[in-house]
Amino acid sequence: MARFFFNGRSGSRRRSFRSPTEDSAALKLTLSAIAIAFVGVFLLLPLLVVFTEAFAEGWDHVWTTITDPDSLAAIKLSLTAAAIAVPLNTVFGISAAWAIAKFDFPGKTFLVTLIDLPFSVSPVVAGLIYVLVFGMQGWLGPTLAGYDIRVLFALPGIVLATIFVTFPFVARELIPLMVDQGRDEEEAAVSLGANGFQTFLRVTLPNIKWGLLYGILLCNARALGEFGAVSVLSGHIRGETNTMPLHVQLLYDNYDYVGAFAIAAILAMLALLTLAVKSFLEWRYADELAASHRH
Amino acid sequence: MSLVIDAITKKYGRFPALNGAGFTAPDGAFVALLGPSGSGKTTLLRILGGLEAPDSGTVRFADLNWLDMPARERRAGFVFQQYALFRHMTVAKNIAFGLEVRPRSERPARADIARRVEELLELVQLQDLGKRYPSQLSGGQRQRVALARALAIEPRMLLLDEPFGALDAKVRKELREWLRHIHDKAGVTSVFVTHDQEEAFAMADLVAVMNKGRIEQVGTPADVRREPKTAFVSDFLSN
Repeated sequence: MARFFFNGRSGSRRRSFRSPTEDSAALKLTLSAIAIAFVGVFLLLPLLVVFTEAFAEGWDHVWTTITDPDSLAAIKLSLTAAAIAVPLNTVFGISAAWAIAKFDFPGKTFLVTLIDLPFSVSPVVAGLIYVLVFGMQGWLGPTLAGYDIRVLFALPGIVLATIFVTFPFVARELIPLMVDQGRDEEEAAVSLGANGFQTFLRVTLPNIKWGLLYGILLCNARALGEFGAVSVLSGHIRGETNTMPLHVQLLYDNYDYVGAFAIAAILAMLALLTLAVKSFLEWRYADELAASHRH
Repeated sequence: MSLVIDAITKKYGRFPALNGAGFTAPDGAFVALLGPSGSGKTTLLRILGGLEAPDSGTVRFADLNWLDMPARERRAGFVFQQYALFRHMTVAKNIAFGLEVRPRSERPARADIARRVEELLELVQLQDLGKRYPSQLSGGQRQRVALARALAIEPRMLLLDEPFGALDAKVRKELREWLRHIHDKAGVTSVFVTHDQEEAFAMADLVAVMNKGRIEQVGTPADVRREPKTAFVSDFLSN
């Protein structure tokens, strides 16, 4: 492909030849321009706006907003919710993908559909479902209240909402990968004398680790950014049950635009950090990645 | 110490893959399971390897009630059709796998494992490729790594599923003699699956011709060729 391109440009004897998959320069330029413009307007520009708005009144203002106790509480709450939801969904995602890829059982298609449910249900509806279950008029609410356990308007509710919304990410990433890899290597490991745990640790896990990493990163990004479901369950108690996205909304509603953008900038930074970690790992382990894909 | 397979049946849903298959082979024999696709050869091999459980029937081998043992305790070296090498491990790590997963009390010292890997690499003529990854090898080389990995566990039995299925004709012929040589050297009872009669007759001590989940005939290549016992066998061989 590259060679044809070179020949096409160099004016050699084969100038007239064009690879069947090669498009005209005009088309290439147009398509690239559209792609770049799209990315610029819809992705880069908003990111730029977030940071410029945040720093519109200088560092000091950003710093006071971030170090405000309510903001710190929001950051802490978001990180806590993610720290609980992400590992749980990782374990769940691996188990589900393992079961779906390696075994045949009745109801498998149904399980796959069920895993996708959080993608198709609006987060707000998901939040309301938990209100119905755990609210004081709900099924479990009064019982739990009897034991002095609060789910709604407290950390458990926020964690539940986050788990629900980020449920499919790891499983979705792993299922096609594990189905594609089949059971051969696991069977080989067992026939060589490995027990179930060794097989998982030494064969299955290394084979899925990249997919798993992407799944976890996506899951984490969504866990930190979730608004709808958490909004229904949290009760918006400043300094107690406000997560970062909720805090952004709160500041914005109070006309503290710089403050809102400052918190938004932190969220954006976390997202960028995630991307940076992913890119670094891909660069660092490029050989291994290539080796595991070609086979 | 002979291998006695008796009346094995196995159904997948309503499809009978094995329908009372059985034969006896002396210890150290090189047995070919020969038959058209769908005749149950691979299913029988997988049952011997413990990767599949039969619905009924028995296998006695080395004075053991073979089918009662879980796959991981059988020490049946299995060479898969697509090799099933661990793609994220180097060739040397692949070969060492069976030794490294042994319980601590039975595991050889690290230096001994390394030495064993070297020996096996030499046996399969891949001395300098220990540090490569499977994706960096040719089909024939992968096949030999798979065999070395299976031999590393000092198998009681060697099971090979279409060992040359994925290789081109020239490499096939070369590997045939070489595999037979390895078998003689290792001295383990081996069973291999093939649909290629030329391959079966050229390599095996015993050929078991399979059809529709049954063994049609078992015998030395010469006997089977001289005296096909059933219409199916003579028909299959004349193709």
